Amino acid sequence: MNKIWLIISREYLVRVKKKSFIVMTILGPILMAALLVTPTILSMQDQQNRLIAITEKNIDFLEPLNKIENTQFNVIPNEEFELLKKDFSQTGYYAVLDKNEDQFYLLSDQQISLSVKRSIADKIEKIIERDKLKLAGIDLKVLEESETKINIQTKIVTLDGENINSSTEGSMGIGFITGILIYMFIFMYGTMVMRGVIEEKTNRIVEVIISSVKPFQLMMGKIIGVALVGLTQFILWIVLTFALASLAELLLFSPNELISQANSAENTEMMSKITSLVGGINFIQIMLCFMFYFMSGYLLYSSLFAAVGSAVDAEADTQQFILPITIPLLLAIMLIQPVMDNPDGTLAFWMSMIPFTSPVIMMVRLPFGVENWELIISMLSIIIGFVATTFLAAKIYRTGILMYGKKISYKELWKWLSYKG
Amino acid sequence: MAALLEVKDVVKVYGNYTALNKVNLSIPKGSIYGLLGPNGAGKTTLMRIINQITAPDSGSVIFDGERLQEKHVSLIGYLPEERGLYKKMKVGEQALYLAQLKGMTYDEALSKLRYWFKRFNIIEWWPKKVEELSKGMAQKIQFIVTILHEPKLLIFDEPFSGFDPINASIIREEIVNLRDKGTTIIFSTHRMESVEEICDHFALINNSETILEGSIQNIKKQFDNKQFEVTIKEDTLLESQEYSIIKKVNNVHYLTIKDNFNQKDVIKSINEKHEIILLKKHTPSIEEIFIKAIGNE
Repeated sequence: MNKIWLIISREYLVRVKKKSFIVMTILGPILMAALLVTPTILSMQDQQNRLIAITEKNIDFLEPLNKIENTQFNVIPNEEFELLKKDFSQTGYYAVLDKNEDQFYLLSDQQISLSVKRSIADKIEKIIERDKLKLAGIDLKVLEESETKINIQTKIVTLDGENINSSTEGSMGIGFITGILIYMFIFMYGTMVMRGVIEEKTNRIVEVIISSVKPFQLMMGKIIGVALVGLTQFILWIVLTFALASLAELLLFSPNELISQANSAENTEMMSKITSLVGGINFIQIMLCFMFYFMSGYLLYSSLFAAVGSAVDAEADTQQFILPITIPLLLAIMLIQPVMDNPDGTLAFWMSMIPFTSPVIMMVRLPFGVENWELIISMLSIIIGFVATTFLAAKIYRTGILMYGKKISYKELWKWLSYKG
Repeated sequence: MAALLEVKDVVKVYGNYTALNKVNLSIPKGSIYGLLGPNGAGKTTLMRIINQITAPDSGSVIFDGERLQEKHVSLIGYLPEERGLYKKMKVGEQALYLAQLKGMTYDEALSKLRYWFKRFNIIEWWPKKVEELSKGMAQKIQFIVTILHEPKLLIFDEPFSGFDPINASIIREEIVNLRDKGTTIIFSTHRMESVEEICDHFALINNSETILEGSIQNIKKQFDNKQFEVTIKEDTLLESQEYSIIKKVNNVHYLTIKDNFNQKDVIKSINEKHEIILLKKHTPSIEEIFIKAIGNE
C-alpha cells in the first residue's frame, strides 16, 4: 500500500510540475474568460454613434430609421449628397444610404457592420410592407392590434404538487456541455495514461520497477496519479475562470455602472430569464454526478488505454488498438442529439445503462430529470464495468510491458489474457 | 555450503511455447553463480520468476529455507538486461524513488545514496537529468540502485554491457566485494571470460532445461578431456601408443592420452626419447564446455 502511494505521488508530481501542465492550466481559464468577456467588449464598442446620411428624396424613411439604436440619420440636400458619395474622409459620416429605383445601397469607406446592415434592412422592409398594406386598404390599427407574441412557460410538477419552472433550452445546454466535457476529459487523460505506459516501456525502466512492485500496482498508481492531475486541473480551471471573469467585469464596468445596470428594468428581466432557463435543474445533483461519471468513465477507459500502451513499442503503433476504444465514445457523442430529442426514450435509457456510453449519455439526460432507480443501476453498472476492464487490462498490461520488438496482433492479446500470473 | 536459493522442477509455459521445463538449480550462499545459456534458453524467464515478476506454472522456489513470497522482494536486487531510467527525471530524485520502492525509508535511502555516489565519485550528477548522462553513466546509477538496499541475493543480467573496460573492472571489483561481504550473486552473461574470472559456480540452460550445474572445479573435472600441450626441443613428430596427436605446430604438440594410460605413462614415454621444454595440462575453458555441452544436446 505504501508503494502504491509512492507511485501515485511520482506520477502526480511529475505531471503537475511539467511546463505544459502549468501553461495549459493558466491558458485554459484565459481562453474561457476571453470567450465569456469578448462578446461584452464587442457589444460595448458597437455602442458608438454612427452617422448615416440620407437624401431628401428618402425623407419618408427618416423617422423609423432613427429608431435604430446607436445610429443617427441626417437628411442632407441632393447636391451635397452627390459630393459625399465620392469623399467620406473629412465628413464624419459612417455611410450614406442611397436608393436607385427599387435597389438600396449603403456606401461607406469601410466594411459595413452586419448588424447595421440588418437593422436598416429590417426597418425599410417594414415601412414598405406597411405602405403596401395601406394601398390594399387594410386598417393599420387592426393590424397593430392583431400582433401577438406567445411564450409557453414549461413547468415540472414535483411529487409534493409544487410547480417548478423548467426549461428545455437550459436542460439541453447543460446536458450538451457536461456530456462533451466528460468525453474530452476521458480522452485527454486516457491518452496521458497511455503515453506514460509507453514512456516506461521505451525507457526500459519498467522491468526495474516491477521487480519491486506488482505490475498491477504500477498500472493503478499511474491511473490514479493521472486522475488526480485531472482533478487538480479541473478545479484550478473552475477557480481561475471565475476569478478572471469577475476581475474582467470589475475592470470593464465601473461600480456605478454595475449598480445602475443591476437596477435597470432590462437587467431584472434578463435575470428572471436566466432563472427561468436554469430553473428546475438540480445543480448539486449534476455536479456530483459529473464528478462521479468523470471519474468512473475515466477509470473504465484509462485501464484500456494503459493496456494499449503496454502492447506497443511506440505511440505510432497505437492506432489499430485505439480505434475500438474510440468507437463507443464517438458513438456516445453522435447520440447526444437523438437523446436530447427524447431523453426518456429506449435509446436514451439503454445508452445510459451501458458503461461505455453511460458517462456521456447520462450527463445529457440528467438535466431533464432521471429517476433515481435508473441512476443507481447506471452507476452500479459502470462500477462493474470498470472493475471488469481493469481486470482484463491488467492481464494484458503485465505481459505487454515485458514484450519488446514484436508486432502485436489481436490474436496475441487474446492469448495474453489466458497467461497465468 | 547451504543453498540460499533453490529452484525445484520449475515449469513455465507461454501458450504453445515452453520457456522452462522442470528446471532445477541450487545456488549456494555467498557464491557468484553464473547462469549461462544460448539466446532464448529461458534464462530471463527464470530470473523473472526469482524476482516474482512472473509466477511458475508448477514447481517451487525456496529462498533461504522459505517458499519465495512477496516479503522477499526487498531481499533481492535485480539488474535486468533491458534496463533504463526515466529520462526527464533528475538523477537523485529518481534514485531515491527507486530505493523507496524497494522498501527503504527516505532517510536511509538518502544516506546510502550519498555514500555510493561519493564512492563512485559521481556526486555532481545528483541534480542532473538522466537524459544529460551518457549510457555508461546511467548504467552506473542503475548498478547503485540495484545494490543500495543491501539485498541477500543480487541478480545481474549482462552487468558489464555499456561499460568501457575501466568502468567494467570497477563494477567487477564491486561485485567481488559484495560477495566477500556475504551477498549471493546470480550472474548471467554471454561473456565467458568474465564467468571464468569471477564465478565459482555455474549452470548451463539450454532449450528450457538445465544441462549442467555445479562448481566450476567439478564441471571442469567432468569435462577433462585428458589433453596436454608438450613442447620438445627438436622439431620431430611424436608418436607412441600411450597418446594420439591432435595438432602439431613446429615443436609444440597437442595430444590426448589414450584410454588405459595415465599422465605418468605419457611423460615417461616422451621423456625417454626427447628433451621436454614445457608440459602443460590443458583444462577446458568455460567457453569450450559451453560449446561442447550444447553441441552434445
